[in-house]
Amino acid sequence: MGDVFLTLQDFMTFTKGVTYLIMVAALCGIGLFWRFLNARDDD
Amino acid sequence: MSISRRKFLGWIGAAGMTSAVGRKAHAASNKQFTGYAEANAVLHDISLCIGCRKCEDACNKVNDLPPPKASFSDLSVLEASRRTDAYTYTVVNQKQTSGNAKPVFFKNQCNHCLEPACASACFVQAFRKTDTGAVTYDETVCVGCRYCMVACPFEIPAYEYDKALTPRVTKCTMCYPRLIDGKLPGCVEACPAEALSFGKRDDLLALARERIRKFPERYVNHVYGEHEMGGTSWLYLSNVPFDRIGMRMDLGTRPAGELTAGALGAVPIVVGLWPILLGGIYAVSKRKDKIAAEEQAEAVAAALEEANAAADARLTSELEKAEKQKQLAIEKEVQKALEEQAAAAAEKAAGADGTADVDKPEAGDDDSRSSTE
Amino acid sequence: MSDHTAETGKSVFTLFNLVAGIIVVMGLILTFLRFTGGLSTVTNLSDYNPWGIWIGFDLLTGVALAAGGYVTSAAVYIFGMKKYHSAVRPAVLTGFLGYALVVLALNYDVGRPWRLPYPFIMQQGTTSLLFEVAACVALYLSVLFLEYSPAALEWLGLKRARNLAIKLTMALTFFGVILSTLHQSSLGALYLIAPSKLHPLWYSTYLPVYFFVSSIIAGISMVLFESTLSHRYFKDKMSRTYLDEHNPVTLGFGKAASYVLAGYFIIKIIGISVDNNWHLLGTGYGVWFLVELLGFVALPCFLYAVGVREKNLLLIRCTAVWTVLGVVLNRLNVSLIAFNYHLPSTERYVPHWMEVGITLFIVTLGVLAFRFIVTRMPIFYEHPDYEDAH
Ligand code: SF4
Ligand code: SF4
Ligand code: SF4
Repeated sequence: MGDVFLTLQDFMTFTKGVTYLIMVAALCGIGLFWRFLNARDDD
Repeated sequence: MSISRRKFLGWIGAAGMTSAVGRKAHAASNKQFTGYAEANAVLHDISLCIGCRKCEDACNKVNDLPPPKASFSDLSVLEASRRTDAYTYTVVNQKQTSGNAKPVFFKNQCNHCLEPACASACFVQAFRKTDTGAVTYDETVCVGCRYCMVACPFEIPAYEYDKALTPRVTKCTMCYPRLIDGKLPGCVEACPAEALSFGKRDDLLALARERIRKFPERYVNHVYGEHEMGGTSWLYLSNVPFDRIGMRMDLGTRPAGELTAGALGAVPIVVGLWPILLGGIYAVSKRKDKIAAEEQAEAVAAALEEANAAADARLTSELEKAEKQKQLAIEKEVQKALEEQAAAAAEKAAGADGTADVDKPEAGDDDSRSSTE
Repeated sequence: MSDHTAETGKSVFTLFNLVAGIIVVMGLILTFLRFTGGLSTVTNLSDYNPWGIWIGFDLLTGVALAAGGYVTSAAVYIFGMKKYHSAVRPAVLTGFLGYALVVLALNYDVGRPWRLPYPFIMQQGTTSLLFEVAACVALYLSVLFLEYSPAALEWLGLKRARNLAIKLTMALTFFGVILSTLHQSSLGALYLIAPSKLHPLWYSTYLPVYFFVSSIIAGISMVLFESTLSHRYFKDKMSRTYLDEHNPVTLGFGKAASYVLAGYFIIKIIGISVDNNWHLLGTGYGVWFLVELLGFVALPCFLYAVGVREKNLLLIRCTAVWTVLGVVLNRLNVSLIAFNYHLPSTERYVPHWMEVGITLFIVTLGVLAFRFIVTRMPIFYEHPDYEDAH
């Protein structure tokens, strides 16, 4: 996979793009996880 | 104290985190990128340039640019220093470097960086480094933020500030359309002094090294563009130090993308860790509130209990008092009854003596029982 | 008594209305010029200076000064400083208007504003810090709108929608703080790509951290500054709670600002040290750097501290104004004054009066919108139907 990218620019465009998607997923995920974690608390 | 120290320290610590994670996240620093092996380049030998402006003329023609104010054969234009602008993709400047030696002429245009700063900066990927070596610009997506112009270390891209609705960023294209057709860039083709050579970048680097080796007294021992900003596809040889003709020697060798990699790398880390950090702080402060609330509830309960106890005590004493009063009343009644009895007995005794003696201890018994109750 | 205040309020606003009216008319004319004649008719921007005050002031400074929204809501909802609750709504409103104006200003600055969504819908330039800024600003503007919406919904009497919006408060606060951290710092990081153009005293790999920390300072100081102004002009709109909490809020925020300024001062010194730029302090730019560092960071840090120790509310309020000016100065230094420091003075940028005119126009729109909203919606007081409902 690594040698597909000939320039740093291409490499970063790809990896940052994927990372942005992960960020969106992470934000939604951590919110849901927080609710799962705290759902049984009495307050 | 209006803000508790701990809360406040938490806040500061939170602020400091960005720097810590920013340092660590050095994207891609352990990767090597070879670039496009077949990429073209141009070598500009400044020592050969005669300042004829033929390249400017050719560039204007092949790119269909509007005609200049002064014709390209007018060499007095060279007296003022110029830069590229929206309708001029390349300029030749001259510099009198020492006393009355003959001036140095040098051409300037987009350097077609191997890792272009403009491409790294553009938020719609309007710039692309192509495998031909040319860095191209796509006007159909450009928003016109002009961050590319801020980013370019060679101060090349220009903007059509005079267009109200369709302004574009402009710069030398390395004659990309001509390269696709297998033709030479316009300027290279037009140069009468062979100050511009076109070829594969590796070949041109070798050629430049060769010239320096052959004529060490003629050239500065540096190929400008070999490493500047990660390397460029436009290379320069010169007979005067580059910084004397305004070509910056302090740009460093790191490509633009590496300059921002740290900050870009910090972004996902903040997204990953901030919810944890903030969630922790939130939980702590909420817990504190809860404890405070519980403590308050406890205090209220204690107070209530105390009040109840006091009330109980009062009640008991009231009851006791009432009891006492009752006893007193009974005693009084008993007394009265006894007295009455005694009186009656005395009356009876006046008539019959024997019965009075039997009744007396009975009344005494009754009396002792009520006092023990 | 209330008659009297209403009257003085009115007379102030008539003069104010007149000036505002003139500015708005001028702004509309300049807008017309901008979109018919292009940027060159109304700006002094050039190929060397692609960014002028619309970026340096309207964007960089505007976003920093609108930081009050996230700072206050974080303090109250996340850090649990409940006693500052009454400061949240005004701060969120100011933040929302601030960001809305920033986006409006960008429509003047970029060449083809209708393409502003392109980075998201056409091609994602993920290597650009500007992509990050654009994404966060767009998202955060929406977050601020939702955070502000309960006030508007209470005003409109839409109870169900309002209660729904209130339910989102915590999630929005978290999201808002994350987005703010990111884009406040990324605005500084925009300049990381141009080490050859920004003077080394201002260029630092810590630029994003500097921008983030100073945005906290700017946010706190703007809350103080703006509440002082509102106090003067909208006092009749304020609830007892707001007025009662006003002084503790001033003291608490003053203390926070002082402490953060101290940290900022320290990291600025560290910045000089890691790049070994001490020798530059003796140059002209060095003196200017020291003016910023000592006069607009160290001094307000100290003055805030004195104000808090002596419970001198007036001093705290004046210091807030000074600090705000300091943040403005810092952003202008990075974007305009120390930027392109290597160019001869003939190539340097000085704003055209029409650029200043449009900036003035945009700020005026903000003030008018603020006035419209606080005189109608429950910002400085709680809506009677929802008191104690937080
Ligand atoms: S010289 Fe400037 S415009 Fe040309 S590729 Fe490099 S960064 Fe881009
Ligand atoms: S002006 Fe156009 S090409 Fe330049 S960075 Fe902005 S969108 Fe990209
Ligand atoms: S390569 Fe083409 S566009 Fe570039 S300077 Fe030469 S003629 Fe002009």
